[in-house]
Amino acid sequence: MTGAAIAPAGPDHRAAFRAATFADVLRSEWTKLRSVRSTFWALAVTVVLGIGLGAAISAAAAHGYAKSSVSGKLSWDPTGVSTSGMAIASLAIAVLGVLFISSEYSSGMIRTSLIAVPKRGRVLAAKSLVFAVVTFVVGEFTSFAAFFVGQALIAGHAPHAALGDPGVARAVVGAGLYLTALAVLSVAAGTLLRHPAAAIAAMIAVLFVLPGIAQALPDSWRNPVTEFWPTQAGSQLTNVHHSAHTLQPWPGFGVMCLFTAIVYAIAWTLLDRRDA
Amino acid sequence: MIEAHDLVKRYGSTVAVSDLSFSIRPGVVTGFLGPNGAGKTTTMRMILGLDAPTQGSVTVGGRSYRDLPAPMREVGALLDAKALHGGRRARDHLLCLAQSNGIPRSRVEEVLRLVGLEGVARRRAKGLSLGMGQRLGIASALLGDPAVLIFDEPVNGLDPDGIHWVRTLMRTLASEGRTVLVSSHLMSEMALTAGHLLVIGKGALIADTSVDEFTRSSSRQSVHVRSPQAAELAARLREAGATVRAGSTSRAAAPVTGTDAGTGPGVIEITGMDSAEVGKLAAAHGIALSELIPVKASLEEAFMELTRDSVEYQAAGVTR
Repeated sequence: MTGAAIAPAGPDHRAAFRAATFADVLRSEWTKLRSVRSTFWALAVTVVLGIGLGAAISAAAAHGYAKSSVSGKLSWDPTGVSTSGMAIASLAIAVLGVLFISSEYSSGMIRTSLIAVPKRGRVLAAKSLVFAVVTFVVGEFTSFAAFFVGQALIAGHAPHAALGDPGVARAVVGAGLYLTALAVLSVAAGTLLRHPAAAIAAMIAVLFVLPGIAQALPDSWRNPVTEFWPTQAGSQLTNVHHSAHTLQPWPGFGVMCLFTAIVYAIAWTLLDRRDA
Repeated sequence: MIEAHDLVKRYGSTVAVSDLSFSIRPGVVTGFLGPNGAGKTTTMRMILGLDAPTQGSVTVGGRSYRDLPAPMREVGALLDAKALHGGRRARDHLLCLAQSNGIPRSRVEEVLRLVGLEGVARRRAKGLSLGMGQRLGIASALLGDPAVLIFDEPVNGLDPDGIHWVRTLMRTLASEGRTVLVSSHLMSEMALTAGHLLVIGKGALIADTSVDEFTRSSSRQSVHVRSPQAAELAARLREAGATVRAGSTSRAAAPVTGTDAGTGPGVIEITGMDSAEVGKLAAAHGIALSELIPVKASLEEAFMELTRDSVEYQAAGVTR
């Protein structure tokens, strides 16, 4: 082995090399994402629970529809019922997004990665883009599948929705878009906080804990939170019906995207400046 | 070619590297030597753009590392073989690194063969032994077939076979005209691999010299003598300007005095005079010698001598 040549053509063939591009880093990040098992499990949870939980809730809600009150019937939202599993999906995507970068910090891989790609912004951009595309594909598939499965289970027991109904297509597509924005936010949060546990805790706080706390606050506090809290605002895109003290679907999603952009910009700056 | 100009790195009030300037030439293995905590790894991290210098600059091939268009094609580095995702297969680990620099997939198979890991390429990194992990790290450094190679303590954790392999590899890489920088805290290791030495202690440069020169200039030579008239000889030697200490058998650091003449162990160590001169002087005074041995301090001792003041943590009560 010691006699083996280090390079087939000797060091001189280095003259042929080209500069590394962003596309190279994208390919690298795709390989990283698909070559660890946590990716498979998190995406499996997203799809299986996103569809399965939605189906179970659809079936249960549809059977209870006949016995429900008038106000219950008035607020009946077959689209929302069928895609209610997406909340669990969002947790799986947030955890996976955080781990995608923070596991590099906990393992030390980040140093190897940044030696390979010292233009650090590229690493963050490639990671975010690869994960956003994967999440978009998986998210839209899950959302549409959950919608169709749910409506099939509801049909015959309660009024069901069709994609052509006002706001329905936007809500179903929106569920995938919401996950995509969340994916980018999670990668940025993981970059910012670096420790997996801290970053996952922060994402859970943003997604569930703080909005939950807001419910216990007086109206004057609660309303602006439900209106402008990034994930609350963003989730308006996934609702067919507009409720009080919330933003319209697209402006709401805009607020979430803006928040994500701010976190991303801070993460980018810190990644570039901090010693790795 | 790696060039550092007045490199300084401070972490808060701790100075890790201070005013380090050097240039590392191609074609020879340069040993980067210093006690633990001397700043070797910090310096390497600055070369590789992981840490930003507080002051000064360091370039590889005339450019700052972050400005290299395809870093892995120009610099191969192994800082920490454990710096990888344990759940990723060895081949995928190399593949993602190769892809990031536009290195063809076929090169991954080449380096796997080169380091002898083709049989475990499908194993997840956490399932690799220490030695295999080290080989995987070396494989990743070789991926881009770079002109500059940087290894931080590459033989740590390797078995004798692996150590021999790494030494040969380093020398082969240098003989091909590459720049090879290898850090170690063991002088003996460097004596076997390196042609040039960069010695640092407490972040500052202590020596920048060839291994031969280092051996010549810093190895303390002494003469070991046993004589029934040791005390008399000691007195004569001091008159002649030599430094005399009690010999190694007595283990006492105190100089031999006239009072223990005839009763002491009769062994003295002389520095500042070679064995021929000691012999002549003894003959001139009619002093019988039963042993006369020139002693050359090992490279390891020379290194310890050189860095003694800069060792961060020293065991208490140890005298040499």
